[in-house]
Amino acid sequence: MTVGPQTTETSRFKITDIKKVFGSGQSNLRQFGILFSLIAIIALFQVLTNGLTLSPGNLINLVSQYAYILILAIGMVMVIIAGHIDLSVGSVAAFVGIVVASAMADWGLPWPLGIVLGLVVGAAIGAWQGLWVAYVGVPAFIVTLAGMLIFRGGNQLIGNANTIAVPEGFTSIGAGYLPEVGPNTGYNNLTLLVGLALSLAVIISEWRSRRTQRSMGSVPAPVWVSLVKVIVLVFVIGYAAVLFASGRVGTSLPISGIILGVLVLIYAFITRNTIFGRHIYAVGGNKHAAELSGVNSRRVNFLVMMNMSILAALAGMIFVARSQASGPQDGLGWELDAIAAVFIGGAAVSGGIGTVAGSIIGGLVMAVLNNGLQLLGVGSDRVQIIKGLVLLIAVGLDVWNKTQGRPSISGLLTRRFGSTKPAAPVQFEAPQIETISEAPEKVLPNGGTPDSARPGAVTRN
Amino acid sequence: MVRQDDPRPAFSSDPIILEMRSITKEFPGVKALSDVSLTVRPNEIHAICGENGAGKSTLMKVLSGVYPYGTYTGTITFQNEECRFKDIKSSENAGIVIIHQELALIPELSITENIFLGNEPTRFGSIDWPQAKRRAIELLARVGLEDDPDTQIKNIGVGKQQLVEIAKALNKSVKLLILDEPTAALNETDSQHLLDLIRGLKSKGVSSIMISHKLNEIEQVADSITIIRDGKTIETLNVKADGVNEDRIIRGMVGRTLENRFPDRHPTIGEVFFEVKNWVVQHPQVTERLVVKDSSFTVRRGEVVGFAGLMGAGRTELAMSLFGRSYGTFISGQVFKDGKQIQLRNVTEAIDHGLAYVSEDRKALGLNLLDDIKRSIVSAKLSKISRADVVNDVDEYQVSESYRRSLRIKTPTVNEGVSTLSGGNQQKVVLAKWMFTDPDLLILDEPTRGIDVGAKAEIYGIIRDLAAQGKGIIMISSELPELLGVSDRIYTIFEGTITNDILASQADPETLMRSMTSTKRKVLS
Repeated sequence: MTVGPQTTETSRFKITDIKKVFGSGQSNLRQFGILFSLIAIIALFQVLTNGLTLSPGNLINLVSQYAYILILAIGMVMVIIAGHIDLSVGSVAAFVGIVVASAMADWGLPWPLGIVLGLVVGAAIGAWQGLWVAYVGVPAFIVTLAGMLIFRGGNQLIGNANTIAVPEGFTSIGAGYLPEVGPNTGYNNLTLLVGLALSLAVIISEWRSRRTQRSMGSVPAPVWVSLVKVIVLVFVIGYAAVLFASGRVGTSLPISGIILGVLVLIYAFITRNTIFGRHIYAVGGNKHAAELSGVNSRRVNFLVMMNMSILAALAGMIFVARSQASGPQDGLGWELDAIAAVFIGGAAVSGGIGTVAGSIIGGLVMAVLNNGLQLLGVGSDRVQIIKGLVLLIAVGLDVWNKTQGRPSISGLLTRRFGSTKPAAPVQFEAPQIETISEAPEKVLPNGGTPDSARPGAVTRN
Repeated sequence: MVRQDDPRPAFSSDPIILEMRSITKEFPGVKALSDVSLTVRPNEIHAICGENGAGKSTLMKVLSGVYPYGTYTGTITFQNEECRFKDIKSSENAGIVIIHQELALIPELSITENIFLGNEPTRFGSIDWPQAKRRAIELLARVGLEDDPDTQIKNIGVGKQQLVEIAKALNKSVKLLILDEPTAALNETDSQHLLDLIRGLKSKGVSSIMISHKLNEIEQVADSITIIRDGKTIETLNVKADGVNEDRIIRGMVGRTLENRFPDRHPTIGEVFFEVKNWVVQHPQVTERLVVKDSSFTVRRGEVVGFAGLMGAGRTELAMSLFGRSYGTFISGQVFKDGKQIQLRNVTEAIDHGLAYVSEDRKALGLNLLDDIKRSIVSAKLSKISRADVVNDVDEYQVSESYRRSLRIKTPTVNEGVSTLSGGNQQKVVLAKWMFTDPDLLILDEPTRGIDVGAKAEIYGIIRDLAAQGKGIIMISSELPELLGVSDRIYTIFEGTITNDILASQADPETLMRSMTSTKRKVLS
């Protein structure tokens, strides 16, 4: 039986191609399972809450309520990739919040300068912690545990354990929305424009990635894969944009959501495409090998810790802006939410593995879960229990799958699908490439390879 | 076609302690073992030879229960009973103990504690330490180790640790000992001691299966040899009856005779371009100890300079301290390149000055095993494929793809993880990584350690080609035939001091070994 390459590429449907809709790189494949869970959870709560979950009001609320946790997750995944942890982010956020709030209240500092001050204080705290971690060599767990106590105490010292209100202008970064401009369309015009811009960006980036793949000599996924991918993404973006734009008058896409979106794009690019990003993975994956390749691991560790505190400062200010005041209980337990998001998003405890996008999806899983349970009127006691179990099960499944030599739930699903359809003409190359791109995921979090992995992974020396 | 010899040709009436028959083990997409048979007789040392990835370790994992019954097909008969091991514990109960290449000892615990780990003698529910210690002393005596059983494992050398592992096995009343590359990390003396011990155990009724790449050792101790290639049993040789020698084993392993293990070279050696003068380096912890003492040497363009020395002589320490002070504390010394003095204060400076260091431990120091091939290859010189600190994916792919082809890295695509490669191919990735930095001087530290014969020849070919391009090569190796076959000139090191400088064409193993074991400095030529 001979099948022409053109026909197979364009018209034959291959189950393995479905995964390519969600991305062709290894890191994307890793996130497939968790993305799938996110969609399932959204669908579940959409049904359970009778459509309340994806109502404009709830969506807007969801974003402004969790933006700061997701911002923390961006920094946290970099810290965790480098092989560290940061327990101080909640306290740092609270400390920066109170400093900025009292500077604006006591010295009459204009709010834009207040934001700058907050970022500078965050950078200084980060430099302090980075110094201990990178140059003195104290484990980040200890340094940031100390930081957690120091800056929580600092918050209460400066604020006298009281709440300090912030001026109205400042609240826009936490409680502000895209303004109403242009003709009255019944929607928020700017939000629709953002949606349009994002859709265009998706189309262009997909087209560019196909071109890149071709120039790298590899056969890109069939055209329909790209088409489906673009259509799905544009639909999701468009639908979200319409939802955000049709909120109650005066509300639309939250400013904090825009800040988050911009940060996600910037940091996804930094971690994936820049030399510094590569160095973070190198240091987390094998510090000695990285150093012998000319990577300054101390500098990397320093910058990663410093960056985390800057983002914590930003998250703290957004929270203060949203609640219109800074208080002594701000940021309690944030570090744990951020860390949970990162691990649900597929990062490895021992470092070297993780992505910004994965962590954001992981954070969204927790956010939707939290929000949906609240909508259903489940008490916070039970919400916590459920969140704890979800974290344990998500990471447990991931670990179990890896020790079974299977890359992920998704890999399992599609493989099962593929094998139940023996009649489908499976091209030699496509499944081959699939298994190969999954191979690195068989590496255990501790950096070893499971004995049950394919023999290729068991290298004997 | 593969010749399927009857595994017990001439002496089928002899008793058999272990018979593995028609073992087939499949992993998704790959048949790692296909109808492999292995027969071990009582009081025998049975060597298993094969290239990396041939299936030796998989076979031993089947035997020791790492892959439980049911995950493979075929039968295992041990002491006339069919065995269906469900884990390592059940194979140990039957008397089969495997000692892995990476020792399973806990550095912070004492010798006694390690020997009885998981098998502690108890009295009224608590550990009976006096009895454990008495027993430990007995066991240590049997393996010829005189250290205090209270010594922490981290305070004894690798050679002694290996003996502790064997003592641990003896405590489990072992009948069949499996040793995976037991001498890989040992020096000559320790290796010899270990081999003598294995031979001694044989006379006391303990059979051994030994996996080793060191063919001279196999030739020396093994009674029979099973050769595995591509997951299939090729042949079983009786050492005495079949008159086995190294070439014979190699022929079986690679399926061809390696006429010439070292490539022909017609070196065109230029002038001295790299010179180290009076290099002194201190031990990182023990400040009174100098690991490199007043060493001076030169490298010419297009020259392969060998460094011979026993383990711990200071070869690696010298190389790493040169490469951006990656080891120890720099005390004094000067480095000249093209007549100008250069500073190599950190790795980045060393790379910028055209140095490259391929470490002896590619897993711990050479590669990030979480990475894929293409990222690994470009990792030491990302700036070369970046603009404004942004890495160009297309360049990265094309660069690594060209190395995959030119170095013949066996992998379908460069997107594959380096952990999926065999040792030899991983080493090629490390070489590609450093070739990509476009170095003038490559320091290769044990470049062929733990890789199979076929891949070794390819590495030698790469070294030859690099030298032909006018690069200087420093090759550190423990294998004297390799040094003599590949180098143009050889320095010997003993206790941190360079003791000889001799042209390879005028050297022989005896001369080198003398200089490697004596401080007496010969007149440098």
